[in-house]
Amino acid sequence: MTRACNHCDGLSRSRLLHRALAEAGRGLPAIEPGMPLPAGTGLTRRRFLVNSLGAAVAVYGGSRLGLGALQEGIAAAASGPAAPVLVSVFLEGGADGLSVLSPQGDPLYTKLRPKLALAGGTPFAEDDRLYWHPALGGLQQLYGEKKVTVLPAVGYTHADQSHFTSRHYWEVGATEASLLTGWLGRYLDRVGKKDNPLQGLSLDDTLAPALATAKVPVASISGPDQYDFYSSRVWGQVEQRMLETIGLMGHQPADAGLRTAGSIAVQVDRLRRQLIPFQSSNGQPAYASPVTYPKSDDPFPQRLAGLAAMLAAGLPLHCVALTAPGEYDTHADEPTALAQGLQLTSDSLLAFQRDLEARGLADRVLVHIWSEFGRRAAENGDSGTDHGAAGTGFLVGTRASGKMVGEFPGLQGGLDTDGNLVATSDFRGVYSALLEQWFGVDAAAVIPKAGSFARPQLVA
Amino acid sequence: MANVAVWQGKFGVAQAERLLWRAGFGPRPGEAQALARHGLEGAVHELTHPGREHLVGHRPHDDKGRPLAPFDAWGQDHVWWLDRMVRTSRPLVERMSLIWHDWFATSNTGVGSQRLMLNQNQLFRRQGLGSFHELLLDVTKDPAMLLWLNGSDNSKDYPNENYAREMMELFTLGAGRGYGERDVRQQARALTGFRNSWSQSSGPVNFRYDPHYHDPAAKTIFHHRGRFTWRDSCRLCVTHPDHASFFVRKLWSYFVPAAPDHATQRALERLYVSSQYEVRPVVAAILRHPALYNGPRLVKPPVVYNAGLLRRIRRGIDTTAWTWLDSMAGQQLFYPPNVAGWDDTRWLDTATWRGRWWIAQYVLDRYALDPGHAHEPYDAKKLLDSACRFWHNPPLGPATRHALHTFARHALGDAKGSSWKREQYPVMVQNALRQLIAVSPELQAA
Repeated sequence: MTRACNHCDGLSRSRLLHRALAEAGRGLPAIEPGMPLPAGTGLTRRRFLVNSLGAAVAVYGGSRLGLGALQEGIAAAASGPAAPVLVSVFLEGGADGLSVLSPQGDPLYTKLRPKLALAGGTPFAEDDRLYWHPALGGLQQLYGEKKVTVLPAVGYTHADQSHFTSRHYWEVGATEASLLTGWLGRYLDRVGKKDNPLQGLSLDDTLAPALATAKVPVASISGPDQYDFYSSRVWGQVEQRMLETIGLMGHQPADAGLRTAGSIAVQVDRLRRQLIPFQSSNGQPAYASPVTYPKSDDPFPQRLAGLAAMLAAGLPLHCVALTAPGEYDTHADEPTALAQGLQLTSDSLLAFQRDLEARGLADRVLVHIWSEFGRRAAENGDSGTDHGAAGTGFLVGTRASGKMVGEFPGLQGGLDTDGNLVATSDFRGVYSALLEQWFGVDAAAVIPKAGSFARPQLVA
Repeated sequence: MANVAVWQGKFGVAQAERLLWRAGFGPRPGEAQALARHGLEGAVHELTHPGREHLVGHRPHDDKGRPLAPFDAWGQDHVWWLDRMVRTSRPLVERMSLIWHDWFATSNTGVGSQRLMLNQNQLFRRQGLGSFHELLLDVTKDPAMLLWLNGSDNSKDYPNENYAREMMELFTLGAGRGYGERDVRQQARALTGFRNSWSQSSGPVNFRYDPHYHDPAAKTIFHHRGRFTWRDSCRLCVTHPDHASFFVRKLWSYFVPAAPDHATQRALERLYVSSQYEVRPVVAAILRHPALYNGPRLVKPPVVYNAGLLRRIRRGIDTTAWTWLDSMAGQQLFYPPNVAGWDDTRWLDTATWRGRWWIAQYVLDRYALDPGHAHEPYDAKKLLDSACRFWHNPPLGPATRHALHTFARHALGDAKGSSWKREQYPVMVQNALRQLIAVSPELQAA
C-alpha cells in the first residue's frame, strides 16, 4: 500500500512536530533537523520521532499533547491480569474435510472420489484410516508435539448447506437465523470493558461477525502497524487536535444513522491511541519477530506476526478473529486450490506458534480453526465437490488437549441421506467447552441451550 | 386495495438532497436546489425516466494522464465505473447497477476477466430498471455468472448445484423460503446445458447453450413437474409465491435502512406482481415513500461516499488510487466478498472508517493550503464557515459544528504568543477542518 509519507513534505512535518514538542518544554531528547540518525538503532528519523512521542506520553502523560489516554491504555494493559486469548481462524467457503484428513483406509473413499482421492502421505496417529493432507506439514508437526486437538467430523445435525446460513450458525453459536450477535461478541458483552475495542479484534478489512457485540466495542484492523491517519499540510499540535476531534464528533443525537457513524468514530479514536506504538514507516512494521513467517502476498502471515507482537507488548487482546488464506469453496479444480490454501494457513500457524513460544506467550493462546461445513463425500465431475455437512476442525496451542474429539464416522454408514458426512461432535459443544475450560465462564450465559451439548475435553 | 403511501411533507432542498443520495451519488453544487423545484413527483419521475445519458465533466484518466484501460489494467475497471457514477446524468441507472452488482454478486476472483465483468455491468445498466424476470434470464446466461457459479460446468452427467442454490437462496427467494435440498438438485438439472470453451490466449470463450449437455428428463421443482429447462428455472423462481416478498424486502433495504411496515410491504408486492415483475414502478414507489424522508439516515456505501465527495467539488477521475482506497473502505467494485454481496448493514467499523479518512485525504490533498504561503483568518468561526463553503455547505448538525468549532478555537489558542504559529496555524486548521467535515457523521450517512 502506498504510504502517506511518500508524497507529503516529511521533513517539514517532522520539524514542526519536533518544534511543537520542544516548545512544550518537556525535556525531550534534542534532535535537530539535519542531525544524523541515532546510530545503531536502525530507525529512520520519522519512526524515531513517532516512537519518542510514544515514550514522551508514557512519561509525561496528561501533557498538552493530550495523549493521556494512550498512557492509560498501556498502563491498564500492563497492570491487569494477562487474559487467555482465543484466536479464531475461519476457512471460508466450506473446506473439504475428506481431503484435509483423507480416509484412504476406508474402502469407499476411492469409489466416491475416483479423480480426487489422495494417496499416500502421513497417517493420522489416532485413526489409521485417515491421512494428513500433504500441505499440512506444519499442523502435523505440532500434532506430533501434542499441541493439536483434531475434530475429524465437527458440525451439527441436519446441517444447512447454504454458505451464509451455516456460517451464520457457526458465527452466532446457535442454529438460529435471527441471532444478531456473535458467540464471542456475547461473551465479550458479559466480561468486556466498555472502553477497550481491542478486546475483540478482527485482523481483517472488516469485522468478523463472530465478534459482533451488543454492548461493548470491538475493532477490526488489517494489522497493528497500519492504523495511521494523516492529512496533507496539517502538523504538530494542530494535527494532534485534529485527530482528537475524530472522537469528539462521535457524540451524536438521536438519528440512528448518525449514531452509527458517530459511535464508530469514537472507537476509531480509542483504537488509534492504543496502536500509536506500532505505527511503521517506509512500509516496515515497527516491531520485530523472533521467527520467520512465510512470505506471501496474502496478509495472513503478517497479521499473525503483528498479533504476536501486540500480545508481547501487553495490549489488552482477548478474542481475535482472522480469515485463513485460500479458496475453499471448491466446486471445481479442487486439488490445487485446496493445497495452496492449506499450505499457507498451516505454515503461518506453525510460525505463529513458534513465535509465541519464543516470546513465552504460548500458554496464553489457543487457536481454533473452523469452516462452515465440509463437502459432499462424492465428487461432482468437475474435479470438485459440492456443499456437505460435517467437516474438520482443529485447536492449536500448548494447552490444547491433543486428544481427538469425536471420531471419524466412516463412509459406510457415516453419511446422511444427502451423501454428506454426519457430525460426531457439535460446534456448540466445542464453543461451550472453550468458554468453560479456556475462559472459565458458564457457557449457559452465552450459548443458547448450552446444557444440551456434551463438552469435549479441549484444554489440558 | 391500498396504495403505497406517499410523502406528503415538504419537498425542499434537504429532501431533494436526501433523495439524490439514496437514488444516486449525491448532488453536484446546485443540483439539490434544482431538483427541489420539480416537487416530489417531478423529481422521482426525472430520476426514474432519465432519458439518454450525458457524461458531465472531464474525461477520466490515470495518474499519468493516459486514458483508462478498464478491460486490461488491474483496478481500472473500478475507476472506470466510479467515473460513470461521478459524471452520469442518470444517477439512478448507475445506482441500480450497483444494487444489481450486489444482488447478483459476481467477483472477478472467480471469473478472471475484466471484460466479462464489464459486460455483465453493461447488462445491469441496460436492464436495471426493466423486468426482473428478464434480468434474471440474462444473468443466468451471462458469461461472468456462468463462470462464477459454475453454470457452464453444470451438465447432465455431472450436475453442479452452485448456481441453482444461490439462484433461490440469494437471488429470488431467500434462504430456506419455499424450497428444499431436493429443489436445489432438481433446479441444477434443469439448468444444465451451458458450456464454454477455453482458449490458450484468451481464456474462457464461446459461451453457448448446447442441448447435448442438457438433462432433458422430467424434474420436480416446487411441486411442479415437467421437462424443465433453464428458462423454466427462472420462471418458476419469479412466479414462486415467496418471490415477491423477498424481492420487495431486499430492494427496499438498499434505499431505506428500516424494514417496511406490513401494509407497505404488501402494497409493494402487489405493485410488483401486477406490473409483471417490473423494477421501475417499485423503485419509484420506494423513492416517494414517507419512510425515505422521515426515517433515519442510511450509511453510504464506500463508492457512493467516494463518488459523492468528488461530485461535490466537481473533481473528475484523475487517479487510479480510488481502487485501493475504496477497497480499504470495504468495497472494491467487481470484487464483492462473496456471492451474497457486501454486508450493507455493516459498512462502518474501525478499519473501514479509516479507509474513508484516506479517501477524504486523497480528495483533499491537491487543495491543501501551504502554511508557509497561504493566509487564513485567525478566527475559528470564519475558518469553519470557509471550510463549509469549500464543501458547498453540507448540512452539519449542532453536535458536529460544536466539535469542529471547539477544535478550531483550541488549535488557534495553541498559537498564542508565537508569531509564526499565528501565521501558520490558521492555514493548517483550515486544511484540518475540510478533512474533518468530509469524515463527519453527516457526510458518512445521508
